[in-house]
Amino acid sequence: MAAANAGQLSRVGVAIAVIAILPWVVPSFAVFDLIYVGAYAIAILGLIVLTGMNGQISLGHGAFMALGGYVVAVGVHAAGWPYWVGVPVAAAACGALGIFIGLIALRLAGVYLALATFSLAVATPSFLKHFKSVTGGFGGLSLDSVTTPAGIPLDAQHWLYYVTWASAGVAFLVTALLVRGRFGRALRALRDDPIAAISFGVNPYFYKTLAFAWSAALAGVAGAFFAITTAYVSPDTFTFALSITLLIGAVLGGIMSFWGALVGALVIEFLPLVAQQVNAGAPSVVYGVTLILVMLFVPDGIVGGVMRSIRRLSHRPPQPAFEPSVQPAAPVAADQPSRE
Amino acid sequence: MAPLLAVRGLTIRFGGITALNDVSFDVDAGRITGLIGPNGAGKTTCFNCMTRLYQPTSGEILFKGEDLLRCSPQQIARKRIARTFQNVALFDHMTTIENVLVGGHARFPGGFGDWGYEAQATAEALEILERLDLAQFARRPVRGLPFGTRKTIELARALMAKPELLLLDEPAAGLSHEEVGALGTSIKRIAAEFDTTILMVEHHMQLVMRVSDHIVVLATGRKLADGSPEAIQNDPAVIEAYLGTV
Repeated sequence: MAAANAGQLSRVGVAIAVIAILPWVVPSFAVFDLIYVGAYAIAILGLIVLTGMNGQISLGHGAFMALGGYVVAVGVHAAGWPYWVGVPVAAAACGALGIFIGLIALRLAGVYLALATFSLAVATPSFLKHFKSVTGGFGGLSLDSVTTPAGIPLDAQHWLYYVTWASAGVAFLVTALLVRGRFGRALRALRDDPIAAISFGVNPYFYKTLAFAWSAALAGVAGAFFAITTAYVSPDTFTFALSITLLIGAVLGGIMSFWGALVGALVIEFLPLVAQQVNAGAPSVVYGVTLILVMLFVPDGIVGGVMRSIRRLSHRPPQPAFEPSVQPAAPVAADQPSRE
Repeated sequence: MAPLLAVRGLTIRFGGITALNDVSFDVDAGRITGLIGPNGAGKTTCFNCMTRLYQPTSGEILFKGEDLLRCSPQQIARKRIARTFQNVALFDHMTTIENVLVGGHARFPGGFGDWGYEAQATAEALEILERLDLAQFARRPVRGLPFGTRKTIELARALMAKPELLLLDEPAAGLSHEEVGALGTSIKRIAAEFDTTILMVEHHMQLVMRVSDHIVVLATGRKLADGSPEAIQNDPAVIEAYLGTV
């Protein structure tokens, strides 16, 4: 166990080093893309907690990103907050909405929950367009671009890059500590066998609602950084396709490991660009075929596949961080055997 | 002395079917009570009422004088009642020790990160695994382990709750002849070593007769008889219920 932890720590160290150096070795325009990767990673981390660990499928996390983005935009635009105030407020607002949606989600399982959250994502743009006086309606809201604070020798882009990724680091750290031990076990026990979990005192209402709230708060932070980075929000920033993209990122990256959030975020940011280069005529075909191939050959996501290969190469017995290879996003309630 | 668990007039109907009809019996502290009966007699239904998965139509289930029917299912573990399941309800994508640790969920308050009671809980879980000869599986995912091992892990998980009342739902089901033999000994040993009262639903008559101090017989939702294993074996109504349906 200690060895596994040391290995995990060294991997985290390498990841931090790569993230710190990356903006200096890639072309300038790519730094911008990498800021979005950071934001996506935070949102996908939320889905990994909710769907991977707790088995609740959300196709509506784009709606939480929208709320986060608009909280920042409205706060900065109308109330004149500094940006760094907007981010925690966005997290809190989305956490609160997440509790509310989470309470509704208690009554829904599997595909029904997916559809209910999807309707949330579909309704969000119309909702934003309707309340023009606050949201700016169809035209959205513009924000001033972020500037580097005095005394820090970075240009605005690099400053925003480090702020976003430092926030992602905090999000990963706090989430990792949160789901270690009793809390995370309760989430996963409810996913694997709710009746047995309840029989041992796991309160399903508390844990499932909290998982939803935490995951929504993370999506809110991601939405906040979206707004700050783009310096503009509009209903079209947060279409239902965003919600689906997030789930695709989580599943492709690997929904059973936090590493899946990093890999998934890279994939959803860069795969469309790569697809465009491969075949400018039909990028969505390239995108779709890639998805199918990944699901076919590494159903537990890229991270899951890589981890299995490493294990096979080093001939070690399986020591998964969370668990062994697993059907991605299996609807939990559907395959429960009856108890009498 | 008042019984640890007193079932009084327990009745449950599912639609038009009366699964349990005015069933009353006692489970005395420190003893092993066997709950037997032909298929469909209502044994597991009885368990599910006690663990609050089912809401009885009427009746009382008193645990140390307190009505369990006022508790929610997730509060039952806090009363120090733990159970195993007929069809082995483990958390398949978790390791053995994680499964056992969930058994202690109600006993240890939460913590953030590795602080709090995590170290203590882990030490206790490992001790239980060692006592049940499962230590070698501690870090293995439970999925893919042999059936007998999985059943023992379920037992370890229940013991992690430090139960005053341990409900075993068909502990012998699916085990080989040799495993059943060993099971009888280990149930007795567990009752003594872990200082717990056991109520056991079981089909395997030889096992029940060998292990139980007291036996309750259900048939088609009613209590047919209860008494010592010897008395039950010679009870004409019990013999008829078993042999008459063959």
